[in-house]
Amino acid sequence: MAAAVKIEDLHKSFKVGFIPKTKKILRGISMTIEEGEIFGYLGPNGAGKTTTLKCILGLIFPEKGNIEIFGYPYLSLRAKERVGYLPENPYFYDYLTASEFLHFYSQLSLIKKKEKEEKIHRFLRLVGLEESVNLQLRKFSRGMLQRIGLAQALIHDPSLVFLDEPLGSLDPLGRKEIRDIIVRLKEEGKTVFLCSHILQDIEMICDRVAIIVNGEIINQGQLQDLISEKIHFTEIILSGVESKELEGVGESVSALGGKILLKVIEEEKIETVLRIVQSRNGRIHSLIPRTETLEDLFVGMVKQG
Amino acid sequence: MKIRAIAFNTFKEAIRDRILYLLLFFAAACIIFSRLLALLTVGDRVKIIMDVGLASLSLFGAMMAILMGTGLVYKEIDKKTIYTLLSKPIHRYQFLLGKYFGLILTLFIMLFFMSFIFLTLVFLHTFRIEWELLIAIFYIFVEVCLLTAVAMLFSCFSTPILSSIFSLSFYLIGHLSWGLENSINKMKPGIVKTLTQILYAFIPDLENFNFKTEVVHHLPIPSEIFLFSVLYGIFYSLFLLFLAILVFRKRDFI
Repeated sequence: MAAAVKIEDLHKSFKVGFIPKTKKILRGISMTIEEGEIFGYLGPNGAGKTTTLKCILGLIFPEKGNIEIFGYPYLSLRAKERVGYLPENPYFYDYLTASEFLHFYSQLSLIKKKEKEEKIHRFLRLVGLEESVNLQLRKFSRGMLQRIGLAQALIHDPSLVFLDEPLGSLDPLGRKEIRDIIVRLKEEGKTVFLCSHILQDIEMICDRVAIIVNGEIINQGQLQDLISEKIHFTEIILSGVESKELEGVGESVSALGGKILLKVIEEEKIETVLRIVQSRNGRIHSLIPRTETLEDLFVGMVKQG
Repeated sequence: MKIRAIAFNTFKEAIRDRILYLLLFFAAACIIFSRLLALLTVGDRVKIIMDVGLASLSLFGAMMAILMGTGLVYKEIDKKTIYTLLSKPIHRYQFLLGKYFGLILTLFIMLFFMSFIFLTLVFLHTFRIEWELLIAIFYIFVEVCLLTAVAMLFSCFSTPILSSIFSLSFYLIGHLSWGLENSINKMKPGIVKTLTQILYAFIPDLENFNFKTEVVHHLPIPSEIFLFSVLYGIFYSLFLLFLAILVFRKRDFI
């Protein structure tokens, strides 16, 4: 079975400035995205995430390298038929209504007339815009535009979906809904390529990630392999104890409303803290061991890179 | 199917453009103004109305083609709507042809409205339908199709302001190049004449589509000129569209 996306040694540079100077954006990107996985693509601003996406989608042409989508050359219609794309900060024809907009995109994907109406309603319902079917896109909020953008990316039932910062302009509820949709896409057997800055979301839903810095992939793999499960420190929120009594066992981070947030680095000192609280008839509100997060990994790698 | 979908979407977009209605208003005003001009003129008033009316159709048709054609592709790139479009299973040439035919449809309808006002005005003076005027209007439409292809070609690699300047220069050169043909006829054989002939072969001759004088003054037009002008318009437009596709298919959308 061919991989959903196979990229080999991708190079791209642009000419910038009044006296054109070559700026290398991608320096030999290689990666493989397997069918049915959610793949997170991370990197700081200007690292080359969107450029990689645009190369895969045929919006810009790489100088060197090879891209295959489900085994087909990436520019072929067979490859494009299986791809859906939601760009970052999407702009659409704002004079169209939500229904007209999806109608237009379904025509481009040659969806049969019989299926068209049913699909338009299904996807409007999926992204929670069934009430706005006859509303012009110019009256849409940024979050609504993001949702209708997702609907156009899915309207032709693609096997591979590219989402560039899909959660960026959404409120927490909207973010959860889109996250649920992405997970549902995976359950339906679709492959999702997700570019995002919101690391918590990536951590929550992605199977594998790649981190790009300065046009090079500096790490890629399954999340559990990348992130160490070793406990870095333990956060304890307690009350009924004076903070000076805790000196030497941990670092008091904050003390608000009679509660102390204590950061304990050595595991054996947790017992000591618990004993002190018990002896003073105090109370433990929470005790959370902190392992390495994707954010720690990302920040560390970007700094190294 | 895909070209048709893009064409109709372009048409929907174009008819919402305010500049179109502004030009339509001025064109209608000029056609009606010809009636006033006719009152102040000694001679055949109907001919003045026809002359000024056809000139207005030609000028405003060209203005619409240039001003809207130059923004045609640029707007899609600038607003980034092209990203989602080209990620769909369509070829770049289908996108370009869809945009072109969408604008041609818009210009056809605009020209139809302007012609209707013009022919009604003529009818009110002559009490008969001047079918011959439709010949001149048809060639104005052929010229407008060619100018749209010019504007679209420039729009593929330049900003609307520069594209408008280039297209307007094309329009002016195209209407003045017949002077070069006259000069060639008067020149003695030699290197200068050969060079001028080569130059004339490359620059457009939009006077091929100008049948206003012949139609207004009921002068005979040889049938081979009709055919030549149509073929000239079609092939020149196809050549320009081909160039536009060549430029567009290799373009990066950053």
